[in-house]
Amino acid sequence: MTDTAAATRPPEAAVPLLEARGLTKHFPVHHARRSRRLTGARGRARRGVPVVHAVEDVSLALPPGRITAVVGESGSGKSTLARLLARLIVPTSGQLLLDGTEVPATTRGRREYARDVQLVLQDPFSSLNPVHGVRYHLERPLRLHGLGGQGASLDEAMTGLLERVALTPAEQFLSKYPHELSGGQRQRVAIARALAVRPRVLLADEPVSMLDVSIRLGVLNLLGDLRERDGLTILYITHDIASARYLADVITVMYAGQVVESGPAEQVTDQPAHPYTKLLLSAAPDPDRAGPPLLAGSGAPPSLAAPPSGCRFHPRCPHAMAVCADSTPPPAEVAGGHVSACWLHATGLAPAQSRPLHGRDTAAGQPPDAGPAPPARLAEPPSPATEGGEET
Amino acid sequence: MTAEPLLDIRGLRVDYGAGPDAVHAVVDVDLVLRRGEVLGLAGESGSGKSTLAYAAIRLLRAPGMITGGEVRYYPEPGRTVDLLALDEPELRGLRWSQIAVVLQSAMNALNPVLTIGAQLTDVLQAHRPDLPARARTARAGELLSMVGITADRLGSYPHELSGGMRQRVMIAMALALEPQVVILDEPTTALDVVTQREILEELSVLRERLGFAVLFITHDLSLLGEIADSIAVMYAGRLVEQAAAASLFHAPRHPYTVGLLNSFPALHGPRQRRTGIPGSPPDLRLLPAGCVFHPRCPYTVDRCSAESPPLLEPDQGSGRLAACWRQDGSGPVPAELAQPDPVTGTAPGPAPATWAAAARPAERPDDTASHVPLASSADSGSQS
Repeated sequence: MTDTAAATRPPEAAVPLLEARGLTKHFPVHHARRSRRLTGARGRARRGVPVVHAVEDVSLALPPGRITAVVGESGSGKSTLARLLARLIVPTSGQLLLDGTEVPATTRGRREYARDVQLVLQDPFSSLNPVHGVRYHLERPLRLHGLGGQGASLDEAMTGLLERVALTPAEQFLSKYPHELSGGQRQRVAIARALAVRPRVLLADEPVSMLDVSIRLGVLNLLGDLRERDGLTILYITHDIASARYLADVITVMYAGQVVESGPAEQVTDQPAHPYTKLLLSAAPDPDRAGPPLLAGSGAPPSLAAPPSGCRFHPRCPHAMAVCADSTPPPAEVAGGHVSACWLHATGLAPAQSRPLHGRDTAAGQPPDAGPAPPARLAEPPSPATEGGEET
Repeated sequence: MTAEPLLDIRGLRVDYGAGPDAVHAVVDVDLVLRRGEVLGLAGESGSGKSTLAYAAIRLLRAPGMITGGEVRYYPEPGRTVDLLALDEPELRGLRWSQIAVVLQSAMNALNPVLTIGAQLTDVLQAHRPDLPARARTARAGELLSMVGITADRLGSYPHELSGGMRQRVMIAMALALEPQVVILDEPTTALDVVTQREILEELSVLRERLGFAVLFITHDLSLLGEIADSIAVMYAGRLVEQAAAASLFHAPRHPYTVGLLNSFPALHGPRQRRTGIPGSPPDLRLLPAGCVFHPRCPYTVDRCSAESPPLLEPDQGSGRLAACWRQDGSGPVPAELAQPDPVTGTAPGPAPATWAAAARPAERPDDTASHVPLASSADSGSQS
């Protein structure tokens, strides 16, 4: 947003406020017998229960006073990551560090954690309780955490919160119900509620995707202002890479539960290093694009019940090599603070390893019952032979 | 360049409910879809864009009511069909075979307990009863492969397909009878960007081959900039601007379009703070007096809060339209609303835009018969 401010502060300026190390979340699949039949052998975890590999070995650091964006398609695990970071769900493995120390798993520890880290959900139409007014939504966190006091000081705390999210005159909004507010106003109330406990980290899970186009920018600017004015650390989760570029200092791109690329926002969008990021950017609507867009890849994300071996992107990747199907690529630093997990950055691969993987056999890498469209379809436009000739 | 009109909507008015409490969802909208073109209809939720399309093809459900205007469909040169005058059997014959719709939510539009094949052959059975069963199945398979799904998926149920595949099935179904008009109502909104892009590319390939015209309804203006030939922007049930896609993008004439375009962060260039549009979309039950956009508009003049602006032609002879008092030629036009048009090379002229102003006075009740057609020869001649 403010270009100069972002440029003067290098991304690794300080100890991260919130850090995830090797965070993994597997969701067990119930109806085990049926699922096993569907997912096949690879879907089963060690103990024989099939699992969905929602988030796999994700390390993420939120530097203080910065906005970090997590970009990914649906099913990339970005919302699961948000819920893990908010400690709404327990990770299968991995560590969560606040100010560099691990968070105790006690009730008290969780409450203290909630005071520092708050989550704002995607849909303000369902995240606010329709039978309660704005006052109730703001009063509750204040009371639960023993903040704000009583009577006049409580009212003052609540009007202060509404003013912070630019809902003025605040006194009027306090007495309103969610149905009396527009989508943007509701999302502002949801943000005010999250701010009530004076958190240091705000996790925003697709905060604008349910809002009308003309009011999205207002909410994004509000998040930017909270960073500028109050030094709030924000995790902005989105599927819209253009809005991530607009708002965030750092962009992390997720694919199929893993981080594939991370770096300073403008660098990731202007000089993407990972083939998946390139695919995302080539697919994004861009009226300034000269000529028709050329999609850098094809297909749909894999089933996370049986993710592809090696690099999870290799069945869709136009540059896939033999090594990609065998082992997970290590993160490689391509520029200052810009990391990409791709074998293309590796040097000294054996000729057998760097052999191009697909001419035509892309479907082999696709899990059998994944459901999504067969890949490499765009490469061959429907042949005239399949056209409905007899009707014309 | 300008093709003949295929679907001509004039002065269409749609209300939800009746009497004094009626909500005017679409107010006096003129829109022309030409043969073979992609017409983008953009607007936020509640702007009336879907209502307009459904009303035009008589798919509107109660309490929606068409209270004025006319819709003409020209299936072939010299033949005119008045869509608002047709009875049910005539409509049945026309829908799907001539005008098809792809609905937004493919999950809800497909029957979950029937296979894809059954639903595809059902269309053919209803509209092509003389086709033998074997030929219907073969045709259904062809349709599927046309949208990039292998024919062996005919036996699949909707839940076995991904979101993108379901939307492809919907498109295949809409194209089953080779219609001339395809109305796409937010066809890719629920999909991921990559899938969205693939479907759009497929659509453009199919359109080139089959030659149908598309009315593409979406809230994503940046998407329309890439795929549409011309774009109409709606706000609170009114058409506020219409122009060729490139013109609208690089030289918008209406403040709402300017704000809307500014609301999409760019993928290139320096990162700057953008302002978007202040306030929120209006409640259709409590519309402001005068121009409906004036409470959110940064360029208001006194007249805006008093009188509703008609569609004016800001650039003399360009054929593009904008409903804004700032474009009536009486005063200086703010620089943001007066960028030179990259297509026609024109800019808002200093003289009053007499043609459009005379053709469409601000107050015109239900007097639809005397409407000057938007597609008048003078207009289209000067554009090409």
